[in-house]
Amino acid sequence: MAWYLVRRFLQLIPVFLGATLLIYFLVFSLPGDATAAICGEKGCTPAVEASIRAQYNLDEPFWVQYFLYLKGLLTFDLGTNFAGRPIAEIIANVFPTTAKLAVMALVFEAVAGVVVGLFAGLKKGKLFDSTVLVVSLVVIAVPIFVLGFLMQFLIGVKLEWTNPTVSGDATFTELILPALVLGLVSFAYVLRLTRTAVIENASADYVRTATAKGLSRRRVIGVHVMRNSMIPVATFLGADLGALMGGAIVTEGIFNVNGVGNTLYRAVLNGEAPVVVSIVTVLILIFCLANLLVDLLYAWLDPRIRYA
Amino acid sequence: MRYSRTSKMLGVAAIAALALSACGGGDSSTESEGDASRVIVVDGSEPQHPLIPTNTNEVGGGQVLDLLFAGLISYDAEGKSQNEMAESIETEDSQNYTITLKEGKTFTNGDPVTASSFVDAWNYGAAAKNAQLSSYFFESIEGYDEAAAEGSTVEEMSGLKVVDDLTFTVKLSQPESDFPLRLGYSAFYPMPAEALENPEKFGENPVGNGPYKFDGEGAWQHNQQIDLVPNEDYEGPREAQNGGVTFKMYQNDTTAYQDLISDNLDVLKTIPTSDIQNFKNDLGDRWIEAPYAGNQTIAIPYYLDNWDGEAGKLRRQAISMAINRDEITKVIFNNGRTPAKEFTAPVLDGYSDSLEGSENLEFNPEKAKELWKQAEELEPFDKSKPLTIAYNADKGDHKTWVQAVVNSIKNELGIEVTGKPFASFKEVRTVATEGKLTGAIRAGWQADYPSLANFLGPIYTTGAGSNDARYSNEKFDKAVSEGLSAGSVEEGNQAMNDAQEMLLEDLPAIPLWYQVAQGGWSNNVENVEFGWNGVPLYYAITGK
Repeated sequence: MAWYLVRRFLQLIPVFLGATLLIYFLVFSLPGDATAAICGEKGCTPAVEASIRAQYNLDEPFWVQYFLYLKGLLTFDLGTNFAGRPIAEIIANVFPTTAKLAVMALVFEAVAGVVVGLFAGLKKGKLFDSTVLVVSLVVIAVPIFVLGFLMQFLIGVKLEWTNPTVSGDATFTELILPALVLGLVSFAYVLRLTRTAVIENASADYVRTATAKGLSRRRVIGVHVMRNSMIPVATFLGADLGALMGGAIVTEGIFNVNGVGNTLYRAVLNGEAPVVVSIVTVLILIFCLANLLVDLLYAWLDPRIRYA
Repeated sequence: MRYSRTSKMLGVAAIAALALSACGGGDSSTESEGDASRVIVVDGSEPQHPLIPTNTNEVGGGQVLDLLFAGLISYDAEGKSQNEMAESIETEDSQNYTITLKEGKTFTNGDPVTASSFVDAWNYGAAAKNAQLSSYFFESIEGYDEAAAEGSTVEEMSGLKVVDDLTFTVKLSQPESDFPLRLGYSAFYPMPAEALENPEKFGENPVGNGPYKFDGEGAWQHNQQIDLVPNEDYEGPREAQNGGVTFKMYQNDTTAYQDLISDNLDVLKTIPTSDIQNFKNDLGDRWIEAPYAGNQTIAIPYYLDNWDGEAGKLRRQAISMAINRDEITKVIFNNGRTPAKEFTAPVLDGYSDSLEGSENLEFNPEKAKELWKQAEELEPFDKSKPLTIAYNADKGDHKTWVQAVVNSIKNELGIEVTGKPFASFKEVRTVATEGKLTGAIRAGWQADYPSLANFLGPIYTTGAGSNDARYSNEKFDKAVSEGLSAGSVEEGNQAMNDAQEMLLEDLPAIPLWYQVAQGGWSNNVENVEFGWNGVPLYYAITGK
């Protein structure tokens, strides 16, 4: 087990190098000159442009820029963005908010998705099941920004249950609505995954055996059916955490959450490669760790799986 | 009167007060009542750079700096200059200026505002080694070229001389009568000595001499908000009428609008395009449409094959006459723009809507077709290079109107025209500055200071920084420089308008419309008025 963990952590190194290289290259090859973004609508003098280029190594070829970035990384100096703010500070500023939002969305989609999925699966073909299927289909089909604006308008503006936007503090209550919107689509997936797995497992041999040997229905469903049904769901949730962290651009925009998605979006538009790479790297690490956690969870969910 | 708002809920007294404030300018807010202790929450955008006057070139940082600092002069709602730090600005030849400061003014850290506060700040802004984005604002001052040349180590401009604590002189490299007008722009603000010692640190927690100051260290919460409180020591035309101003950063206007209609935001200076059709209903009498010094144009580069020479000129005129400006401003913007009659903006001193050639900006499909035909006879249009209009799709909602313009031209002239979106602003700017456009580009100008010259010099003179069309006309250049060196502002304006008539004939860019600020406010505030530059006069807003 320990050896397995060491191996998994060592695997992060090539993933990290490959990802930073690729992303740095992608941002580097975006069309347009980064100084144009800094100088704005009215431009600046050639002398000023030249010193901006020198300051951010924009004149250097790709490899030099990339290695300068890596060198800074090894000394824990991520550099600054074009506004002169340290990138480490930006990350420390936006990640907690987005993490809070993502975890809230994840908890919502996991709990609600599993519960609804379980009941739908047990009552296959009944009215509840059909309704859930139709509703989840609609949720998946409607774009997230439509749902977002709709809920913001209804709950924030019309009913005034909450503010339409999130303040700088991003408190728990303020984040409930954005987290619901963010988790809504995944919720639909989770419930469908759970439902399918439950239906499949409910007619499996070991479940029949468990029932035959006289276990209570509660124990059969709660332990034997559920535990095995959770494997695809855990896989999905693990991957989804990464998507929720980095992919919340739309939701963050609608509710004005100062988070990772928006910071990333602006950095891409401005061509701030070090910012983009730093943020994405953290996202990749989170993604890898979440996947590792899911893999370890398999062993607990299904005793047949062993790591060595 | 610059207001057009429903007045059903305003009493006679209120209307009278509004009329006074619109015409009187200056201390407009003194006659209004209202709660002077309310902290006003307004929409902002994250400043792109540390808050240093000479390094700020966008409105997100600019509107904050304007409250934190007081320059030699400031502009009232109409764009007229009023003295702030300056006791007097004197000149006899429009080239040598003697500037005297008022006594006893201080920065909020207690330092006095002296002649050196200005001279050092300006030198800092111009010197190449400091790479300040607004350095070109100092280009008229003698010695700028030496200080601002690439790699230069010269730190001072020879044209600036401190005479005593309260007096300094400015020598320009040539006479420019509108120089005093520029002095209210943020690049010309004074800075305390500490700013120049550690600009980065200063830019996080700036110390100014204006009507407001930072609400303590760290009042700037990046990407969230900036909290300003009134500066008790400030005396001048812009004294705070409220308990503070909080700039709340929004990622998009639509979200800000939701906050506005639910009274979580007090003032929104730009109604988002998606709500243009319904904001007057949503807000009752809490909205304003105020023309400001900005315009929208389409620049067509002269390095394109179809668009130079005599045939090119005829085609430019034809395109211009094929655009139905009245219709587009009415339908797309819900009258939130006014059709252009020339190249500047109507709020400026010296503006004229009846310059010779302004008929080239009127919708006239028959004439347009005829001109196009004449051009065809001179030189057939190379159909392999159809007209495109480039715009950036990342901010500003340009797509809708570009499409409307494209359709208008297509319908009237029967030629192929398309909009050409670029993913980001920097991308389209890079192509434009490198002179590699393959068609027209949307252009526009927001004035830095209220002067006709600001709309012409930086855009249409030969080699100018924002001359995307690469227009070059000796006569025009001469007229502009004559206008700048004119003895009086009136003579200067006359020369500028003469220069404009050449532009109206040549059409290096096709003026479309003038900008009108469409803004709104919440149920919690009143006395909201917009300035000449489309930014609300934040200091005059009061609680209800």
